[in-house]
Order: sequence, then C-alpha cells, then structure tokens
Amino acid sequence: MLRFRDAFTPLPFLGASATAVRSWRQTQRTALVVLTAVFVTSAAMAANGGQPSIFSILIKWSPLLLWGFLFNLLISILSMGAGTLVGVPLGMLQTSPVRPVAAVARFITQFFRNAPWLVMLFICVMLLPFEIRVFGLRIPFPDWVKAVIGFALPAMANVAEIVRGAMISVPSGQWESAESLGFTRTQCVMKIILPQCIKRMLPPWMNLYSLITMATVNASVVGVNEMLTLTAQVHAAEGSRPELLAPLYAYSLVCFFIYAYPIGKWTEYLERKYQVKD
Amino acid sequence: MNVIPPPTIIPPTPDAPIVSLRAVFKSFGANNVLQGISLDVAKGETICIIGPSGSGKSTLIRCINALVPIDSGSIQVQGIEVNDPHLDKLSLRRRVGIVFQQYNLFPHKTALENIMMAPITVLKQEKAEVEARARALMKKVRLAGKEDFYPGELSGGQQQRVAIARSLAMRPDVMLFDEVTAALDPETKKEVLVTIQDLAKDGMTCIVVTHEMGFAREVSNHVYLTEHGLIVEHAPPAEFFSNPKDARTREFLSQVL
Repeated sequence: MLRFRDAFTPLPFLGASATAVRSWRQTQRTALVVLTAVFVTSAAMAANGGQPSIFSILIKWSPLLLWGFLFNLLISILSMGAGTLVGVPLGMLQTSPVRPVAAVARFITQFFRNAPWLVMLFICVMLLPFEIRVFGLRIPFPDWVKAVIGFALPAMANVAEIVRGAMISVPSGQWESAESLGFTRTQCVMKIILPQCIKRMLPPWMNLYSLITMATVNASVVGVNEMLTLTAQVHAAEGSRPELLAPLYAYSLVCFFIYAYPIGKWTEYLERKYQVKD
Repeated sequence: MNVIPPPTIIPPTPDAPIVSLRAVFKSFGANNVLQGISLDVAKGETICIIGPSGSGKSTLIRCINALVPIDSGSIQVQGIEVNDPHLDKLSLRRRVGIVFQQYNLFPHKTALENIMMAPITVLKQEKAEVEARARALMKKVRLAGKEDFYPGELSGGQQQRVAIARSLAMRPDVMLFDEVTAALDPETKKEVLVTIQDLAKDGMTCIVVTHEMGFAREVSNHVYLTEHGLIVEHAPPAEFFSNPKDARTREFLSQVL
C-alpha cells in the first residue's frame, strides 16, 4: 500500500501551493479507496478454482481495452473541440443587439441543450449518410464520426450557454467605456469582453468536458468500437462468465475515474483561485 | 428661477458653443429624468453640474456622447446633431471623451495598453506614434513609471488618472467627467481633481458632474444646479456661491457646504 501511495506525486502544473497539495492528498486517498474496492472484488472472483484468474484476464485484454479507452478520449476531444468552435460564436450571437439574430441563436442553444444526449446520438447516426460525395470525391462518414457530431451538438449548446453567461457577467461599465471610446460592438466583444471571459469560462468548460468524456460510452449503443463495446466483446470471448461482468466493467470505470477525477479537482482548484482574485 | 432661452438655430461661427443642448427630454419608463434641459458650453470653458442625487446629472452627461439616446430636443457637439437617427457615432465619440465614476479600465490590459487600445483599434493609427503619445499622457497625468502596471495594481486615484489619459489619447475636443472622484478617498481625490484642473488650464472644454463644491468654485467658469431634471439656477461660480437667487439653490448649498 505504501509503495502505491508513493507512486503518486503532485502534478507540476498545480505548483507548490498548499491547497493544491492538500487536494492531491485527497485525490490519492479517494483513488486508493476505489482501486482497493476493485481489487478486493477481483480477488473474490479469482478465488473461483480451475478458471483463469481475473487478473490474468484483465492483463491479457488490457491492450485492447485501453485502445478502446483511447478511442473514447479521441471522441471526447474532437466533440469538445468542434462544440467549442461552434459554441463560442453561438454564445456571442445570443447577446447580439440585433433581435432576430439573438433569437435564432437562443433557440438553437435551447433546442440542443434540452435534448437528451443519447437521443441526439441516435438521430445523428441514423440520419447522417455513410458517405458524402463532393465533386466526385467520396468522403466516408463512419459511425464514430457521426458519434462525434452527436456529442458535439450538446457540447456546442452548453458551451454557448457558458459563453453567454460569462459575457453578461462582465460589468456594464466595460461595455460603456468601450462604446464611448468608439469601439464597434464586434471590436468590443473581441478585444475587451471575451478576453476577460476566458478565466470565468474555464472551470465550467472543463466540467462540461468531463461530462462529455463520460457520455462517450453511449457510443457503444450505436456500435462504435469504444471501450464499453470492447468490454462486452471481451466478456463474450471469455465465455460470458457472469462473475467476470463486475470486474470487467469496474476496470473501465477505474480508467474513466483516473482520467476525469484530476480534471474535476483541477477545475475546483481553478474555481477557488479565480474566486479569490476577482 | 432663470428663464431658459428658447431654441434658436445657431450659425456655425467660430464663436458658436462647442456643446449646445436645447430642450432635452428623457424618461426611463414613468421616470422623467430630464425635463427640458438647455445649456451652452463655449470652447475652452469648464462647467460644473451639481445637484442632489437622482436629479439627472449622470443621464445628462451620458446623453452628450449618445450613450443614452434622448426622447426629444437637440444636442449639438461641434455642429454634429447627436439626436439624429443617422448619427455617425464614431465621429461624435472621437470628439467627446468621457470618464466614469468607476474608472472602467480594461482589467486585462496594462495602463499603457489601456491608453493605446482605442487609437490603434478604432482610429487605426500607427502603433509607434500612439505609444509615444500614450507615454507622454502618462507623464501628463503624473503616472510616469506605472506604464506596465495592471489596473488591479493601481490605487483608485491612479486608475482614474489612467482613465483620463485613455480618453485624452483619442484627442477629444470635449471631456465629460461623471462624478469621477465620488468613489475615491480624500487624499486620492485631490490628485484627480488637480489633473482635471490642469486640463482646464490647458484649454480643454470640460463638463464636470461633481459633488466637489470647492472644485466647482475654483476651477469652473459656470455652475449649473439641476433638480428633478431641470436646471434650477446657473451662474459664474462667484455669483452662484455667494449670491444664489433661487431658494432651492440656497437650500442645496446649505446642505453641502
């Protein structure tokens, strides 16, 4: 146990601040509890005589399962990237003084924000073509790309809300003084309002990214070869023994946990840091 | 109460007032903030607008650079009609600078960048030339050496002087000051007031909304008292403070002096 604890060292980006170190101690403790639970469960399973132990099964399939996990991360990063790219302008348009523009942006945001993510994913996978032909060029459109779009849409809507919220939280005096210095609205947004928003937007944006990452396992429902799909296949390959279900799924749970938990902790840390400064 | 002259068409002569308001009305819903304000400011003149809180002083000053649109009446700034639906806002705003009570500096930019931003972004002027001018302005507001400080690292009085320099960088013809010392403590108040006084001496046209009676008395050429959206009385400071004619003026002065 001690050796395991020592393996964790605070990440460099957190700096040497006392709170950061404290929160990292907490991280270690929580991670330890979860991992121990998994190992205990696994050990109980492994006690089944005759069959190969759960450890050896996990080790055997780890390359495949982790490859699947990487695919989840790829989907999450692409979805969040695309969602941010479209969501930022969408959020800005919501604050437009041109009423119809703001109304349309508002409607799009609310529509995609209030649709269940899984339903959105189904619609994207079912409705989008499997390839697009442009000037004789055949661009294939595999299911995982459709899944990226399916996740990017709710990401976009939520990013738009984050941007809108941050923009309206900038004191009105900033708009006023920019306007009286002759800045056009676009100049004011790009040079004065948005740069001030980045700090405010970062924590909720990271929180959203965590949620999207968790949601990528939904892609297994539409047959994308991500971690959850592969876990089911591994289970089948090992003879569908019921006692393997819990440890196998716990394995992917631990993978997501190890990835998302530090993001959550870092978000909390940033929130605290900016709260004090602003 | 003084009789306000009726609206007249002012020919564009060199002697014409640089800012001229005629029968300006403005209401926010049922709240009639300005109820027929008329006043003239000559080039190089400094006027002070005083009055109780909520008497429409801040609204009045914001109307002059079209931050607040007026309901009726006429506002002319160097021949530009502000109450014109086709108003070219940029041509108005490069002529009229405004400084606010809350400084409103851009917190993500240094003092020098705050000053340089508008001339570069809005007026598309040469960066090197703007920087030289910005440094000179920092010296003028007695903040040489603080160029690379962020607003959060400066005191209220220093921030307010950066805000004044930022407005001056656009080379305006008129400066508006909206209770610029109201948020400051007595010591820093002085340095801001001295900065405005310097400007007035240099011949800048200044319209100052203030609660500083000493400043109004010493620096301004003309003092206006507003109440309930109307000008109660206006006169040169010597006359205004020593021999107020209106009962409301006497009442107000007895409260603040």
